[in-house]
Amino acid sequence: MTETSANMAEGTQKQRVQFAKLFRTFGTVVIFVLLVIMASSQSDAFLSERNITNVLRQMSGIGVMSVGMLFVILTAGIDLSVGSIAAVGSVASAILLKDYPLPVALPMVIGIGAVCGGVSGALVAFFRLPSFVITLAMMTAARGIALIMSNGQPIMVGNAGQALQNFGTSYTFGLPNPALVMIVIFLLALVALNLTRFGRLVKAIGSNEEAVRLSGISVPFHILSVYVISGALAALAGILITARSGVGSPSVGVGNELSVIAAVVIGGASLMGGVGGVINTFLGVMILGIIGNIMNLAGVPGYHQQVYLGVIIVIAVLIQNASQILRRH
Amino acid sequence: MAPLIELETISKAFAGIHALSGVNFTLNPGEVHALVGENGAGKSTLMRVLGGEIQPDEGTITIAGERTSLSGPTDALRRGISIIHQEMALARDLSVAENIFLGALPARIGWRQLNSRARTLIDRLGFRISPRALVGDLSVAHQQVVEIAKALSRDVKVIVFDEPTAVLSTGDASRLLQIIRDLRASGVGIVYISHRLQEIYEIADRISVMKDGRNAGTVDPGSTKMDGLIRMMVGRPISQLFGEKQAATIGETILKVENLRLPNGVRNVSFEIRRGEIVGLGGLVGSGRTEVARAIFGADPISSGQMQLNGRPYMPRSPRRAVRRSVGLVPEDRKGQGVILDLPIRMNATMANMAPVTTAGFFRHRREHKIVKGLIDTLRIKLGSMNDPVSSLSGGNQQKVVLAKWFHADSDLIILDEPTRGVDVGAKTEIYSLIHRLAAEGKAVIVISSEHAELFGLCDRVLVMGEGELRGTLLPEDYQEEKLLTLSMMGSATGNAGPRPTEQSHGA
Repeated sequence: MTETSANMAEGTQKQRVQFAKLFRTFGTVVIFVLLVIMASSQSDAFLSERNITNVLRQMSGIGVMSVGMLFVILTAGIDLSVGSIAAVGSVASAILLKDYPLPVALPMVIGIGAVCGGVSGALVAFFRLPSFVITLAMMTAARGIALIMSNGQPIMVGNAGQALQNFGTSYTFGLPNPALVMIVIFLLALVALNLTRFGRLVKAIGSNEEAVRLSGISVPFHILSVYVISGALAALAGILITARSGVGSPSVGVGNELSVIAAVVIGGASLMGGVGGVINTFLGVMILGIIGNIMNLAGVPGYHQQVYLGVIIVIAVLIQNASQILRRH
Repeated sequence: MAPLIELETISKAFAGIHALSGVNFTLNPGEVHALVGENGAGKSTLMRVLGGEIQPDEGTITIAGERTSLSGPTDALRRGISIIHQEMALARDLSVAENIFLGALPARIGWRQLNSRARTLIDRLGFRISPRALVGDLSVAHQQVVEIAKALSRDVKVIVFDEPTAVLSTGDASRLLQIIRDLRASGVGIVYISHRLQEIYEIADRISVMKDGRNAGTVDPGSTKMDGLIRMMVGRPISQLFGEKQAATIGETILKVENLRLPNGVRNVSFEIRRGEIVGLGGLVGSGRTEVARAIFGADPISSGQMQLNGRPYMPRSPRRAVRRSVGLVPEDRKGQGVILDLPIRMNATMANMAPVTTAGFFRHRREHKIVKGLIDTLRIKLGSMNDPVSSLSGGNQQKVVLAKWFHADSDLIILDEPTRGVDVGAKTEIYSLIHRLAAEGKAVIVISSEHAELFGLCDRVLVMGEGELRGTLLPEDYQEEKLLTLSMMGSATGNAGPRPTEQSHGA
C-alpha cells in the first residue's frame, strides 16, 4: 500500500514538472500566435510581405544581441552593456572601414566587442563579482569609448563603406540582409545550445553551478565565454545598424539592453538561470517587434506604446509561470 | 510546582516516515534538561515542535499547566519560548542593539535608549560587546551572546540551546555554561542539546536520550554514568541489509594522506587506502569528515600536508584536477551538489566524463543513449525515460544517478558522503551492493556516514574523526557503536583540544 501511494506521489510530481515545462515552453508560442491573429485582424497591412520584412529588419540588431543575452541569462547572469557595445561596434566599423578592407575591419570590430565582453566576463567569472554591477560599469564605460572614438559625432561610412551599406540595404532570398544575419546567428545558437558540450554546460551551470563544479568542470571558463559571446554579438549588432543606415553613431543602442532582456524573458527564460531556449527567444524578439509594429499601424502614440509593452511583458511572465502560481493559490 | 512545558505522546511523520513517535518530554522552571542522541534521532524535530515551527500529528502540548497548541514561531516566542539554533538567526548587517530588539523595534527609534537597554542585557551576561557593533563583525561566541540577549529581552521562560558549543572554543564554551547556570538560577527552564557528554554531565539536571524518534529514557546524571548513556543511545539491531560482501582482492595503495591540515581547522589526518578496500569515515556531524572528503576532491583548499595518488604526488586545486586524476565524489547534499534537478537523467549521467560521448564538442546522441542505457541497467535506476529531468526520480534513484556519473567516469577512488541519506530501504541495499561491486572491480571507496550500522556493515575498517582530528581506526573486531562514539566524543573530555574548526575559519 505504501508503495502505491509513493508511486502516486511520484506520478503527480512528474506530471506537475511536465505541466510547468509546458507552460514555459508554449506560453511564448501562444502569445506569439495570439498577437499575429490580433494584428492581422487589426490591419490588412500587417501580413504584407513588405511589413513582415520590415519588422525583421528592424529587429535584427535586437535579435542578434538577444542571442548573447540568452547565453548570459542561462548562466544566471545579466549583461547590461550590450547597447553600449553595439555603439562601440557601430562607431568602430565606420572608422576602421576607412583604413581597412571589409574582411579585415569587421572581424576587428567583433574582436573589440569580444574584448569588452571578456573584461566583464573575467571579473564575473574569476572574482565572483555580481554581473549586474560589472556590466552596468561596462555599459557606462563602453558608451564613453564610443563617444570618444567618434568625438560625439555620427560618422558617415562614405565611399570606403559603400560595400557594407550595399549589403545592409539589399535582399537575399527575399529577406533583408541584416535579418538574414540574425537568422543565421539564431541557427548557430540553436546548434550550439542543443548539440554541443558547451551549450549543455551553460544550461547546467545556470541550474546548479556547484553540481557542475563537483563533476570536474571548469565553471569560470564557461561563464567567461558567455560574456565574450554576448560582447561579440553586440558588436555585430552595431555593424548591422551601421550597415542599414550608413552611419556609425555613438548613440546607437541606447536603452537596447532593456529591450533585449525583455525579449529573452518573454521567450520564457528564467533570470535565475538554467531555463530558456533559442527558438523561444526568437519568438520573444518577434513579439516585441510585432507589438511595436501593430501599434504603429493602428496609430497608437509612442508614449502609450510603452505602457502596453510593460503590460504585455507582465502577461507573458504570468502565463509562463501559471502552473506555479495556480498551485500556490 | 507545575512544569513549564509538558509534551505528551508527540508524533510527527514526514512523507510517511516517523520522525517522532509518542515522545514525552517535560521541563521544569530552573532546570537544565539535556537532550542527547545520535544524528537523526529526533532531537531537533522535537525542538521544532516546541518552537512552533512544525505542528505535531498527534500528542498534546501543555505550557504552564495550560493545554494549548502553537500556531507558529511567533506564537512560541509570545509564550516565552526561545530557540537558539546552531545556525544563528541574526541580521549580520544590523547592529547588536538592533538585532536584540528586532521584532520589537519602536516605530521611532530612540537610539540612546535602545543602546543602553542592549548594554544592560549584555552586561547581565557578563560580556563586553558594544551595542553599536555590527553583528557580522563579531566572533561566533559573541554572536551567540547576542542571541541569548535577544531571548532575554523578551521575558523568556524557556531557552532551547541546539548544540551551542559546537562552534565555540573551550574558553568560550565554559563561559556559556556559566551563563546557563545563571539563567537557571533565575528560574528559566533550559533545554540543552549537545554531543559533548562531558559538558552535559557538568550542567544537566536531567538527561533524556532520543533514539529513532522515541524517548529511550530520562535519567539522572548522578546515577547513570557516561558509558551507560552511550549504551542507551546505541544498540539498534543491525539488520541484514548490507548486501553480499564480494570477494575483493586488496591491491596496491591508491591514496596516501599525510598530516593533512585544512584552513577550517581539520588537522592530523593521515591514512592510506588500497584498491579493493572500502574504508569508512565516522564520527559525529561537524567532526570534519565532509571537510576531509572535499579537500581530497579538490573542492576546498588545503593548508598543509602531503597526498599521493597512485604513487604520484597529488595536490588537487580544483575538482577538475581531481576528476582528471580519477577521483570522484558523491556529495552529502544530493540536490544541492550532486544532481542537476532540471536537466535530464541522460545529461546528468555523462556530466563527469564527456569525452566518450562527444566529438569535437558535439554530442553523439546515439552513443550517449547507449552508454546511459548501460548505466541504467547496471545501477538498476527506475525511471520513465532517460530524457526526464532528475527531479522526476525518487531520492534513491537520484542518488544512483550521482553514482552513475562516477561509474561512467571509471574513477579509481570514489568518496561517498552520506550515500543513503533520505533513501528508502530497498534502494539502500542496492546502493550497498553497488559499493561492494566497485571494490570488487578494484576501485577504492571511502564511505562517510552518520549511520554507524551502515559503516560497520559496509567497511573493511572505519577511521573515526572527532572535533577536526582523526582520532583512531576501528577494525571489524571492534565494531561497536559504543567504541566509535567513545573514540569520537571522549576526546572533548580532555578539554585541551586546541582551536576548533570555526574559530579558525574566521580568519580565513
